[in-house]
Amino acid sequence: MARTPVQFRLNGAETAVFVDPGANLLDVLRRGVGDMTPKYGCGQGTCGTCTVLVDGRPQVACLTLAESVAGRAVETAAGLGEGAALDPLQDAFMEHFAAQCGYCTPGMLMAAKALLARQPSPTREQVIEAISGNICRCTGYEPIVAAILDAAARRRQHAR
Amino acid sequence: MAFNTVEMRKEFFAEERDESLKEIGQPTRRQDILGHVTGRSPFFDDHRFDGLLHLRCVRSPHHHARIRRVDTAAAERMPGVVRILHPGDVPHNLNTLLSLIGFGRDDEPLLAPDTVRYVGEPVCAVIAESERAAREAAAAVRVDWEVLAHVLDPEEALAPGAPVVNPVWPRNVFEYHDKYTHQKLRFGDVEAAFARRDVTLVEGRYQMSPIEQAPTETCGAIAAPETNDRFVCYTSTQALFFSLGTTAKLLSLPSSRLHFVGGTVGGGFGGKVDSLHEPLAVLGAMLTGRPVKYAWDRAEEMQVGAPRGAERWYLKDAVTRDGRIVARRFRGYFDCGAYTRLSSYAVQKATAHLPGPYTIPNVSADTYCVFTNRTPATAMRGFGITGVDFAIECHMDKVAEAAGLDPVELRILNAYRDGDMKAHRRVAKNTALIECCQVAAEKAGWPVRPEFAAASSLRDGGGARAEIPTTRTDEDGRIDGAPATRPAAAPAAPAPSRPAAPAPAPTPARDVYGLPVREGPAAPAPRPQAPPVPAAQPAAPPPSPPPSPAASPPPAPPAPAAGEPYKPAEPFTRGVKRPGGHRFSSLSGTRRR
Repeated sequence: MARTPVQFRLNGAETAVFVDPGANLLDVLRRGVGDMTPKYGCGQGTCGTCTVLVDGRPQVACLTLAESVAGRAVETAAGLGEGAALDPLQDAFMEHFAAQCGYCTPGMLMAAKALLARQPSPTREQVIEAISGNICRCTGYEPIVAAILDAAARRRQHAR
Repeated sequence: MAFNTVEMRKEFFAEERDESLKEIGQPTRRQDILGHVTGRSPFFDDHRFDGLLHLRCVRSPHHHARIRRVDTAAAERMPGVVRILHPGDVPHNLNTLLSLIGFGRDDEPLLAPDTVRYVGEPVCAVIAESERAAREAAAAVRVDWEVLAHVLDPEEALAPGAPVVNPVWPRNVFEYHDKYTHQKLRFGDVEAAFARRDVTLVEGRYQMSPIEQAPTETCGAIAAPETNDRFVCYTSTQALFFSLGTTAKLLSLPSSRLHFVGGTVGGGFGGKVDSLHEPLAVLGAMLTGRPVKYAWDRAEEMQVGAPRGAERWYLKDAVTRDGRIVARRFRGYFDCGAYTRLSSYAVQKATAHLPGPYTIPNVSADTYCVFTNRTPATAMRGFGITGVDFAIECHMDKVAEAAGLDPVELRILNAYRDGDMKAHRRVAKNTALIECCQVAAEKAGWPVRPEFAAASSLRDGGGARAEIPTTRTDEDGRIDGAPATRPAAAPAAPAPSRPAAPAPAPTPARDVYGLPVREGPAAPAPRPQAPPVPAAQPAAPPPSPPPSPAASPPPAPPAPAAGEPYKPAEPFTRGVKRPGGHRFSSLSGTRRR
């Protein structure tokens, strides 16, 4: 099988990788590029643990054809924060105990990042809607919702 | 700030709490949270290996079938296939999880050599260069099945003539200490209480389906040869040393050749203790000399992953007009699926939990660990307790309704108080159900009469509520009902007369509930049955029980074996094997004081 070169921007850095025809973005990110932050949970787009942003929109990487991201911007949890400084979302997740096993956390963070980018002052209902495609089996959703609302407040404070 | 949903109710048990504690009730930060929010916590599948091979199992589509022939010729020729593992490749292809602590019989192969006993049981495993190649080759393996009769319901599995699920357990029940068909609890005399004129009898039947733990990370392991003649294994297991010991046993390897790395578990909830992945991954690495990954996809996690086992419970209560429950009887069936895994322990836990958090002077229970052709059951958050608690609390509501009582007040009235005697002949300590009921009623805006709102776990316990009632035994010192649960093939021991029960019909036997006793399938060759052994006093005390004030009748479950010590069928000697003694100490332990 002929492998196809795919070039895209991953967390701001130009990235090129050869992919098998039909390969999904999750496998290519993890095995091809070595970004282990998106996780495999179901392989069928229902659990959200592999959520990444493609041109700013949340997408489940397991159902995204790797070739379809050619020329586009992909963001994963590995790109959160600036150098050693964490993103306010990450700080808020730490403070609110919004992770237990941590497996859903990268996907939750990306879903939350997409929300805050388009809606800096979300309501509780909007937060719940934004993470409705991400399953958490440990902590319950309440600390996660609280963390996202808190992160939004911090960002607004920071922007002032 | 975090934790604003947690409310500390300090008015309760205030004199028992040291207010100098600095951590309780204060927010704290997980030590692993930085890894979680940066996505850097190393889950098993986050370790990268050059030349990683992928393992996929060929699985049974049948509940119960004999394997006539496995044809892997086509699969072996497919591109990317490196090796196919067969049952004969497993050095010691028979195990039971709790054999590491000397409990139970080896009853489960890693790869089924001749018979499959549940849908999804693996018969061989394909190792290939890619997951896709492994999947395609696994689909190309041809198995010639001889479909056998199956049974999917625990009570049907106990009926005469039911198919034998697993020849290691010819009666379709786990046999405790190689002789007891079930766990039994007797405290006082429920029959006499049921016969009282001043009580209402309330009966109920409750059941709980299997429940999948459904962790977001599916179960899996990656094993690779190390340069020091060891094998490293990165695994999602919840029980790292359990998995290591199980792997050493199945592969006949000294555990010093295994280097297990884990502790980062993407959700487990009990579903990651069965140690199914590590042995196959390490075997694959041994036989190919390359790193091998064996991980379930989501469909396998749901179909093959061991769930919380199904349970069915029959309860019967006698309740007086003022709301005191004076007798409660249980009959419980725990569906452990085709292999024991941890279900024998779950049944012990369930029985040790009875009659729930209530002071009831007459209690009787018979709890069976039953084999069926369903997915083997295993641990899940409070397994052994959750199902019967569901039954008990549903039944409490039913009792309240039948007796015209308020359900919260009924619970407060009957709740354990400090100093009460439990059916297990241990004194209740650190009880708090009354306070829980009071807070729940307050939160729900549920009115409770003043005398119940003023009740306390610390008052009015003990005294008459601490007495151990006379429990009937036969001339050999055995508690009642033992002969009724012996298999039909057992030498006939005269059934003790039961005053309140109708005269027992010869066939089918009816138990004290008036329900047919479904025991001892007739079809299989019966195991030679030793004559009834008198139940002896415990040969050794349980590991760490609090001193029992009056231990005159021996605690019923688990009955200590007076017969031969358990001998495993295979010469596996790791772990301590002590006959009889109950090695699962109370998990509830001590809390306050």
